[in-house]
Amino acid sequence: MLVVPYLLIFFIFVLYPVGYGLWLARHPESYVKLFDDPIFFRTLINTVIFLVVGINIKMFIAMILSGFFVQTRWWIKVVSLIFILPWALPSIPTILSVRFMLNPEWGVINSLIFRLTGADGPNWLNDPTLALSFSMLMHIWKSLPFWTLILLAGRMSIPAEQYEAASVDGATNWQKFKFITWPSMRTLYLTSTILSMIWTLGDFNSVYLLTGGGPADLTHVLATLGIRYLRLDQVDLAMASIVVALPMVLPLVYFMMKRLSK
Amino acid sequence: MKRITLKSVATEAKLLLIGIPLMIWTLVPVYHMVLFAISPRDSATSGKLWPDHPTLQNFDFVFNQKHFYLDYFWIQMGNSLLIATAVGFLTLVVSTCAAFAISRLKVPGGRTVMNLALFTYFIPAAFLAVPMYKTMGVYGLLNTQWSLILAMVTIASPYCIWVLKQASDKLPFELDEAARMDGASPMQLFRLVYLPLMVPSLVAVGTYALLLAWNEYLYAFLLLSNDKDVTLSVALGNFLSADDSPWELLMTTGLIYALPPAAIYYTFKRYMVSGLTAGAVKS
Repeated sequence: MLVVPYLLIFFIFVLYPVGYGLWLARHPESYVKLFDDPIFFRTLINTVIFLVVGINIKMFIAMILSGFFVQTRWWIKVVSLIFILPWALPSIPTILSVRFMLNPEWGVINSLIFRLTGADGPNWLNDPTLALSFSMLMHIWKSLPFWTLILLAGRMSIPAEQYEAASVDGATNWQKFKFITWPSMRTLYLTSTILSMIWTLGDFNSVYLLTGGGPADLTHVLATLGIRYLRLDQVDLAMASIVVALPMVLPLVYFMMKRLSK
Repeated sequence: MKRITLKSVATEAKLLLIGIPLMIWTLVPVYHMVLFAISPRDSATSGKLWPDHPTLQNFDFVFNQKHFYLDYFWIQMGNSLLIATAVGFLTLVVSTCAAFAISRLKVPGGRTVMNLALFTYFIPAAFLAVPMYKTMGVYGLLNTQWSLILAMVTIASPYCIWVLKQASDKLPFELDEAARMDGASPMQLFRLVYLPLMVPSLVAVGTYALLLAWNEYLYAFLLLSNDKDVTLSVALGNFLSADDSPWELLMTTGLIYALPPAAIYYTFKRYMVSGLTAGAVKS
């Protein structure tokens, strides 16, 4: 009886929509139209770059930072309190704040460049490569604290005696990392990376609120492209773009399900 | 007394070399927002790092709705509050019941339900948004706040069930047995044994669901459109519709909008960090 409320929610708001969505995406013409859309190909590349480059940079930094926060200093406690601010704040105002900083005419960055050098700064978000990079940085800014905390929890569960023993044997910091830290955190690191990739596929805000998919629809990722089609009233294309992504998503989901439901 | 050696100084310096850039990186977007909020209209875009004449005038503009972008500020604030509270409450009810049934009562099929929830947890939010939007249209819920509430409960509850189940599995089973021997019904077990022991996790997931709903942008702007129905997050996004939007008012509104979740977050930080990170990735 107690699981009924959740089952209702699942059937009404997950299973039915997913089935209905797949049904909307059943026509082969939708896929022909989708592949004919030059924006779609660009979007796929952007998405892969976002996931492969963005997420790996993020997890790598999170790994380093977890080693920083594991140190016991009073001031590092203070830093950690401030560091989780991006996670605690809603993303809309902070992303819009960055968007304004990057405004070519009035933004604070170009104003500073002008005051210091007398030259006009670049039109940051008008260059697709720069714009996508800033979207990735925005994403990293927002979700770095969460993953750092996850990896920090992993580091803290390693018994301190192992490090003490290694110190007695004269191990260097690098050796300690290589032979103690990494072996015990490898699985956690891999799981975190995959989970982060799955979630990032659904990250609409970092791209939409910063670049709006522009310039000229060149910085879309799958998350924003689907919504773009939806708003253009091309639901079949929106669903088709998601179905095309499934071969990429489902193996990751399968891996996570296996890991978590053990 | 601790001896200061060259090596320890070098270690401190290396740590500072990480700590200081990290602070700057974290604070710049937030500081920029605050800077705008306390700058008068004409000096907000001058590129100064501190305004010549800091002012609270922008807050007066926002609180007294003195701009057409802000005509419904208080209504929208109320909407955000109402929706977030409803989502927090409903998610808590749904996921506590489910987690209790799966973890303690071991209902048949509980494992399957858990897997369904986990599967939902792994659907990228923006992907589910497309069919969810169409489905809400089919149900005739589009442009009602129920659509957003139910959508957010759908998104929040899988994770909450998962975290609660994890926490609940750790409670010793002897407790249940002892209570049953004393003749407690499952409902009494739930109310008198289970709930009190689960308080820290319940606080964590309730807060999680509440903040998720308060912060949500994508679903809110898809599912709601009437100016009087939308949440504050959508109202903030609407500022982008024109190039000459009053940035200082947008940043002021954004700051006001960001404060309640930050306050809640830091108040419950202890529960949030341990409760949520523990559940996110089982290592």
